[in-house]
Amino acid sequence: MGIAALVGTPIKRREDPRLITGQATYVDDIKLPGMLYMAVLRSPYGHARIRSINTEAAKQAPGVVAVYTAQDLKGVVGNIPVAAPLPPHITNGMGRRGPLAEGKVRFYGDPVAVVIAESRYGARDALDLIEVDYEPLPAVVDPEKAAQPDAPLLYEEFGTNVAASVRPPTDEIDRVFAETQANGGIVVKQRMVNQRLAPSPMETRGVVAEFRKADRTLTIWSSSQIPHLLRNYLAEQLGLPQHQVRVIVPEVGGGFGCKLNIYPEEALVAFAAMKTGRPVKWIEDRSENLAVTIHGRDQIDYVEVAATREGKITGLKVHVVSDLGAYLQFFTDVIAIAFTLPMICGCYDIPVAYGSCDIVFTNKAPTDAYRGAGRPEAAYLVERAVDLVAHALGKDPAEVRMINFVKPEQFPHKMATGTVYDSGNYQAALEKAMQLIGYQQLRAEQAQKRAQGKLMGIGLSSYVEICGIGPKGLTPFGLYESARVRVDQSGDVLIYTGASPHGQGEETTFAQIAADEFGIPIERVLVIHGDTDSTPEGRGTYGSRTTAVGGTAVYNAVQKLKEKMKQIAAHMLEASPADVTLEDGKFSVAGAPQKAVTFAEVAAAANFSNTLPPGIEPGLETTVFFEPEACTFPFGTHICVVEIDKDTGEVHLTRYVAVDDCGRQLNPLLVAGQIHGGIVQGVGQALFEGVVYDENGQLLTSTFMDYAMPLASELPPFELDHTVTPTPYNPLGVKGVGEAGTIAATPAVAGAVADALGLPHVDMPFTPERIWRIIQQQQAPSQPQA
Amino acid sequence: MIPAAFEYHPATSVDEAIALLSQYGDDAKLLAGGHSLIPTMKLRLAQPAHLIDIGRIPGLSYIREEPGVVAVGALTTYATIERSEVLRRHFALLPECASVIGDPQVRNRGTIGGSISHADPSADMPGAVRALKAEIRVRGPQGERSIAADDFFLGTFTTALEPGEMVTEIRFPLPPERTGSAYMKLANKASHYAVAGCAAVVTLGADGTCTAASVVITGAGTLPTRAAAVEAALLGKKLDEATVAEAASHAAEGLELMEDIHGSKQYRAQMACVMARRAILKAAERAQG
Ligand SMILES: Cc1cc2nc3c(=O)[nH]c(=O)nc-3n(C[C@H](O)[C@H](O)[C@H](O)COP(=O)(O)OP(=O)(O)OC[C@H]3O[C@@H](n4cnc5c(N)ncnc54)[C@H](O)[C@@H]3O)c2cc1C
Repeated sequence: MGIAALVGTPIKRREDPRLITGQATYVDDIKLPGMLYMAVLRSPYGHARIRSINTEAAKQAPGVVAVYTAQDLKGVVGNIPVAAPLPPHITNGMGRRGPLAEGKVRFYGDPVAVVIAESRYGARDALDLIEVDYEPLPAVVDPEKAAQPDAPLLYEEFGTNVAASVRPPTDEIDRVFAETQANGGIVVKQRMVNQRLAPSPMETRGVVAEFRKADRTLTIWSSSQIPHLLRNYLAEQLGLPQHQVRVIVPEVGGGFGCKLNIYPEEALVAFAAMKTGRPVKWIEDRSENLAVTIHGRDQIDYVEVAATREGKITGLKVHVVSDLGAYLQFFTDVIAIAFTLPMICGCYDIPVAYGSCDIVFTNKAPTDAYRGAGRPEAAYLVERAVDLVAHALGKDPAEVRMINFVKPEQFPHKMATGTVYDSGNYQAALEKAMQLIGYQQLRAEQAQKRAQGKLMGIGLSSYVEICGIGPKGLTPFGLYESARVRVDQSGDVLIYTGASPHGQGEETTFAQIAADEFGIPIERVLVIHGDTDSTPEGRGTYGSRTTAVGGTAVYNAVQKLKEKMKQIAAHMLEASPADVTLEDGKFSVAGAPQKAVTFAEVAAAANFSNTLPPGIEPGLETTVFFEPEACTFPFGTHICVVEIDKDTGEVHLTRYVAVDDCGRQLNPLLVAGQIHGGIVQGVGQALFEGVVYDENGQLLTSTFMDYAMPLASELPPFELDHTVTPTPYNPLGVKGVGEAGTIAATPAVAGAVADALGLPHVDMPFTPERIWRIIQQQQAPSQPQA
Repeated sequence: MIPAAFEYHPATSVDEAIALLSQYGDDAKLLAGGHSLIPTMKLRLAQPAHLIDIGRIPGLSYIREEPGVVAVGALTTYATIERSEVLRRHFALLPECASVIGDPQVRNRGTIGGSISHADPSADMPGAVRALKAEIRVRGPQGERSIAADDFFLGTFTTALEPGEMVTEIRFPLPPERTGSAYMKLANKASHYAVAGCAAVVTLGADGTCTAASVVITGAGTLPTRAAAVEAALLGKKLDEATVAEAASHAAEGLELMEDIHGSKQYRAQMACVMARRAILKAAERAQG
């Protein structure tokens, strides 16, 4: 341990001063000489045939340089990339699209044409001059209706809207359900809607492209989570060699998964820059962001759970209907199958679990990974299932959780789904949360309030999620991460990470790792990210993987350099490398602490190259790739309290306690920040948010006047604590924390609302009118059955 | 969210603004705080060719005590109203209403004159102005006139302003002794405009019975609407919980109800009653001092 001992301390984020003083550079801050601006004409219909497009008037408009439609891109720009196309239909092209709609539009906002003009205003004005002759078609927005044989078809040639179905045999789960019931146990069923959400980062998307014709090099600035993947796929889409494409991801104002995608606008801006020979910028406006940037969730889950009278769950059967929207984005088709189904057991040792799934196209925006990506849906349905069991048996939901948890000594544990969890202590987290909130006392208070006719509810969520992807085999390509670490002649450390932090704070945590390992002040460490020309190949930031995978790459690279520095120091000290230790920034000989050289002296020697031992290369630089052998599984318990206004149906969150275990915490302040933001987004889904389309595919939540975001003023202070159960699968012991709060919060609030109303289940979002209607029904004198 | 082109005219006086309005007619719009107009322009729902900025006209932002009246300049922002001691003393309802509009940025920019001229049925301030029976001073090419608040709001986004006219001042008559007022709203969780709101003013006699009541519903209907049935049910009565609840149950009568994803007609009607009950009880409590 070095003098610094920064790992584990809540130091402030190094990136914040530039971010909060407005000195950071986002895509929209990039201004290049001669830059043109792009505006996108989008479908006003949910589903329509394009009879014709007339761009003549737009082309004549002042300041307009070019207008492009799908015709112009044909054979020149490839389809939007999809990471893992599933058989039978997607592998055959179902749901694939070029950057502009051809023949048909399939959702409100589908891009139809673009205008490239001298100004942003001119580009937007010219959109109104493009004439598109549409033939409106019947739309389908409900995935269950879309799966019916008589539904309007998005892709007629496939004869169905169902892209794929997963239907394992049900014999075993049927047997378990029958046995459980024969033995006096229960089977509870519930349909649950996990509604569609708009990720809504503070910074919308944006792209700038510059093409240098002389050497045919393309530079793209994009607000993205995946610079290297974007470069690789975009090069393929445009038919350019990879080395001629450079992607720079400047500051990113939030992604939450929605920027883990390669969107039409990236190729469109690049194409326009290549055609016109001038730089082109496109900045998404908020209306576009709400309409065409991927949405999250949108699952309907049919849950059946069997349990003994004592509350031991014997079997869980889940059928997922996943709404893909109209097209495939990067992970659209696999969210439910690869991330929901493997996690349906949650933290519970359920002997038999069954998961089936239909993934269905509808006339809505594509869905994809949104903070949690499939795991929030899994956590929601299993937490609700446990509550259903508790409700049916009249037991406390905490007790049912305790009975069913995987026990600490069972790890690593293979779940009934086949997923292997690394480590955990679920009971400890639940107990700590109960203690923190004063659970027994709360229940007493609740009983008292009920007696006064007040509606108070307590909700628990003991979540587990999957992070740190990923080991080979999970996706079609390796999800490693990389780090190039250089110690320069002055003793400064430069970390080039292939991961692409965009607000989470790895400029701080990665520097903490290196500073501690080298025993030098953090001020001597710089973290560089987001430029494919300077950083080694990386896979990007998502799935709470950056620290577990990218941080480990940094750690491993530092270890390699330490070894080399020890050899050089040993030579300088005329000692054996085995006897040299590095502590507090000094290399010294064991047993003779006065014989020492400093970190900076060794760095100078290595780079100056005059005192190197034979066989040692000059320089101090190494690149390390790290591919984890297994995933990590953070967990915890959140408990919250709600009070419901009986007159209006408004739900007020009055207390919120979170105990999270993300393994070792490199920086508790950043962990708390992630948990705070995560909880807000999870609460947002439960109480406020929901993307709504009408039956024609018109988007009704196209501005923040109608799409309700959670506000600080509507939330109580969060009471946070943690447990620490390191993962054995990386040397840092870290698991991941970026999505935990979101995953945990939604079922906690849902549990509290159902509890307050005394119901087994209520569908989200818990908007005032929805809750008011339930209360009205409950208060109505029971009608005799007609 | 890029507005269409327009020409910008910063007016330096009311006369200049009115002259510009006469010159450009239907192609022109006045710009005050911009917090209704600019969003509409960004969505291209409004595309005025000329924007006459009245926000820089000096002397239109004030709260002035005059005999029997408090006069509020059209350009007075919600933030100023919210913090006004004078208003708080005479009409608790006004600062209370201002304080629940939007967020601090909106309250720092939005003006009382802009709000009532815009006449958004979900807006809060029109209800307060109507409940307080204010007199609205307007100026146009023909000179000055006054319009009673009860005659000002004609429908959704429609007022009694004639083309070329602008609101200059809102005059609130001082209430009699033992008058209390309150504003309550159920906010739309996205926009925070009113799904249903109620502005209530009640005056109590020496014996504690209600001698005057003014109750206006916002949000639920297509315009801020006087709840005459509620007022009638309050008059002459002691305002205990049961009486107020009974009276408030008539709050939706005569409303032309609106409906959207944030509230059905049925819900809005019921919430109008709930907000009316709460606002009247609060006003009565304040009236008792
Ligand atoms: C995010 C957000 C949240 C909001 N939330 C709420 C809310 O909760 N409740 C609420 O009530 N409102 C809300 N508003 C609207 C806000 O109150 C507006 O400020 C107000 O409606 C208009 O006032 P303004 O001064 O901004 O007017 P402007 O936007 O400048 O003008 C509005 C209209 O009135 C006309 N006009 C302006 N001044 C005059 C005048 N003196 N004479 C004649 N015509 C005039 C203009 O020509 C224009 O047509 C919100 C707005 C935003 C952006």
